Amino acid sequence: MTVDAIAGGAYIVAALLFILSLAGLSRHETARAGVIYGIVGMAIALLSTLALTVADAWGGAGSALGLTLMAVGVLIGAAIGLWRAKVVQMTQMPELIAMLHSFVGIAAVLVGWNGYLAHEPIAENLVGIHNAEVFIGIFIGGVTFTGSIVAYLKLSAKMSSRPLMLPGKNALNIGALVLFLVLTVWFVMDQQLWLLIAVTLLSFALGWHLVASIGGGDMPVVVSMLNSYSGWAAAAAGFLLNNDLLIVTGALVGSSGAYLSYIMCKAMNRSFISVIAGGFGIVASASSDEDYGEHREVTAESAAAMLEGASSVIITPGYGMAVAQAQYPVADLVAKLRERGVDVRFGIHPVAGRLPGHMNVLLAEAKVPYDIVLGMDEINDDFASTGVVLVIGANDTVNPAAAEDPGSPIAGMPVLKVWEAENVIVFKRSMAAGYAGVQNPLFFRENAQMLFGDAKERVEDIIRAL
Amino acid sequence: MTQIGIVQEGPDEARVAATPATVQNLLRLGYQVAVEEGAGTRSSYSDEEYRRAGATVVPRADAWGSAVVLKVNPPTEAEIGLLSAGTTLVGLLSPALRPDLVEALAARGVTALALDAVPRISRAQSMDVLTSMANISGYRAVVEAAHEFGRFFTGQATAAGNVPPAKVLVAGAGVAGLAAIGAAARLGAIVRATDPRAEVADQVTSVGGVYLPVDVAVEKSTDGYARATSEDYNRRAAEIYTEQAADVDIIITTALIPGRAAPRLITASDVALMKPGSVIVDMAAGQGGNVEGSVAGERTVTDNGVIILGYTDLASRLSAQASQLYGTNVANLVALLTPNKDGALTIDFDDVVQRSVTVVRDGEVTWPPPAVQVAVAPASAPAAAAAEVPAKQPLSVGKKVGLIVAGIAALFLVNVFAPAPLPQHFTVLMLSVVIGFYVIGKVHHALHTPLMSVTNAISGVIIVGAMLQITDANPVVQVIAAVAVLVASINIFGGFAVTRRMLSMFVKGGSK
Repeated sequence: MTVDAIAGGAYIVAALLFILSLAGLSRHETARAGVIYGIVGMAIALLSTLALTVADAWGGAGSALGLTLMAVGVLIGAAIGLWRAKVVQMTQMPELIAMLHSFVGIAAVLVGWNGYLAHEPIAENLVGIHNAEVFIGIFIGGVTFTGSIVAYLKLSAKMSSRPLMLPGKNALNIGALVLFLVLTVWFVMDQQLWLLIAVTLLSFALGWHLVASIGGGDMPVVVSMLNSYSGWAAAAAGFLLNNDLLIVTGALVGSSGAYLSYIMCKAMNRSFISVIAGGFGIVASASSDEDYGEHREVTAESAAAMLEGASSVIITPGYGMAVAQAQYPVADLVAKLRERGVDVRFGIHPVAGRLPGHMNVLLAEAKVPYDIVLGMDEINDDFASTGVVLVIGANDTVNPAAAEDPGSPIAGMPVLKVWEAENVIVFKRSMAAGYAGVQNPLFFRENAQMLFGDAKERVEDIIRAL
Repeated sequence: MTQIGIVQEGPDEARVAATPATVQNLLRLGYQVAVEEGAGTRSSYSDEEYRRAGATVVPRADAWGSAVVLKVNPPTEAEIGLLSAGTTLVGLLSPALRPDLVEALAARGVTALALDAVPRISRAQSMDVLTSMANISGYRAVVEAAHEFGRFFTGQATAAGNVPPAKVLVAGAGVAGLAAIGAAARLGAIVRATDPRAEVADQVTSVGGVYLPVDVAVEKSTDGYARATSEDYNRRAAEIYTEQAADVDIIITTALIPGRAAPRLITASDVALMKPGSVIVDMAAGQGGNVEGSVAGERTVTDNGVIILGYTDLASRLSAQASQLYGTNVANLVALLTPNKDGALTIDFDDVVQRSVTVVRDGEVTWPPPAVQVAVAPASAPAAAAAEVPAKQPLSVGKKVGLIVAGIAALFLVNVFAPAPLPQHFTVLMLSVVIGFYVIGKVHHALHTPLMSVTNAISGVIIVGAMLQITDANPVVQVIAAVAVLVASINIFGGFAVTRRMLSMFVKGGSK
């Protein structure tokens, strides 16, 4: 029984535990156990790798320095990671996740570089493949790295969330891919260091451009796309290092991200390609001078009276709720209304917020019970029998034009049918259009009333009035 | 600061043009509000309530002396005499029917705004007093009819025998008609409705009535109001009314055409067909009546015992409710005329709403206004366009199959030609991708964010690669690997920790 064999067995166990971990997340009840599986799997993977490293390198040239560096690296990394995880605000989850993606990306780039700089002797017929693997690993890692950094900057508003519009941007993206293929072939034939540097820079540039040209509202798709890339980067590293654990894990993560991107795209009725090819903004604006009629305003007091009188209430939050940090007062409001016997539920659109499931996390943080937080498909038929709908910081996801106006840029996008309710109260800062730049006819409906101002303050006003 | 006067209406009118609540809206627009003593009494609003809302309660002459006077009904000659030149008068003026009133107001040198001339465009809905009053009148018409009717509206099966439900016919499915249909249907009656505009059929159904179509081609309404109808139509409609009169217990007529006498729908012979004890409410009695034999403002009983109510003050009979809605409509109009919320009333003739309501401006008659085209009827054009715009085409089946086959072929070729460890790696990759899709597809949508952070943490497994490289002899490689170990550790520890933190926040407890 060699250390290699033990490590191989341990990797399979770890891979299984990772699968169990993801499977555990299918339900709230098993989710926590799922995380434990993941942690155990990771611990097994790390310990067996440690054993393998120690066994291989014991007494070797760089072993002392290497093991020290490893210990220091893990300790510092663990400290930073735990600290970030502890202090992060739930509204900043998208930024944190984007940041973490970039780490996987850069780690893949570094592993790729090392794959070139130092490798065990390889069989003659595998050298070309090895070199191609180095390139592919670095390329995916690089795109993930800069793409995630741009996503982070956009999400944390350190960079304008408007899409960057370079002329011929699709040609740029495709050109970069072609150039990458050319460089790969060249590198397989002639291993020059500058080629490695070139492909690294190329992938950085492509990642940057790819995400910079996507608007802020498409971020749920981008973040899950980067999630997918980070998985593929790990899988590529697995090919490079002949490591099945990396391949399995990378493939799991890669398909997970891809699936999430698919759900998000479907929820916006857009193809993945069109999200990558750029934001909405360009198409809209033209039809904005149409007369939609007059919107009506409502005061917090009368909104409170309506809520009190209603037997069922649905709240549909959007990114605006996160921006205004209104989830806590909203949770208070919900608790108050539920005490009075009002049936309150939440309807969450798949692309609400800047991350898949972002709204659920925010509401959970504010102690809203998760079983009254429902998805779009679960609640969409109930609006017609609902007394009052509160739309808090959402716009495009409740736009009746998507369902009714075939000429609308968002036509066909599945939306929450809030307008079927008896009354709709819309919390909004102003009458400005949403992310898609499309005017929302909901605001001018007879059963819709606007409550202008900061969502948090307005909700607090309602609580006071109750 | 401009003063708004709320004056008391005549003896036949219980409504008032502002309630304590709407007074507050007016104050917020920068006006002073003066309410005539006792103006709200008959709508159950006391002077004290107005005072508490911030208005001053003043004698009659002072209220009429305000720069802006809010009223419900058209002013009498004596009341016009109380207005001073330059005053703005707001109220129901029916300018089309009362040219004499318009002339008198112009002669007085005032500005007169007719709330009943608000155009039917969506922007102006919040001031559309005809709609809000018609809604109340329709409801009240049913209440009056139920009061006079000697039976239940709803059918019942009791130990003392079965009671059939009352049958109600509502002529005209405008706002008043729909309100009446809804109210009668809620009381349990069988409700039928007629209207020349076939597009209201759905609205009738939605409030619980059955629409009786008149199968004759009619010109489409362009301004949202009903039009006078054609000969053919009238003949067929008359037949329907005759048939219905013999069958129903209650008829409520709401047919009004703006600026004209009300159409005669129910003839004396129709009325004679009705059962004794039946009730007719003629809501158009004030404009000549839809029913032969109705007398404006009176309750009459025909020889065959049919009660005809010609009340013209139905809205006023629900005075508190009517005043509240009327007051809100008025306040919305004043808000439109006070764009700066500075208590200065301005009239902008470029705005179609303001142009339409202004019948006299500074002594100059500005009635009638230029026509306003509105699309109230659901235009058929967009529907046709909808059919033409093709739904976004998903990949055709052929293309999909092609792509899948190409993918499989490529995979096959790679595995045939690739040397030793590669096919094995591909096997692992493929199986993992498939497992991944199945596992992720089951993840609850609410857990997508924890899912992402967990996948983040486990993709930190790339640390394994860096760990294997860190003991290399080359220090450059070691440093690079150390950096990779560091960032991957951030991922692993940060990812798992934040997932645990998130999951601990999800609490159950929704079921009551």
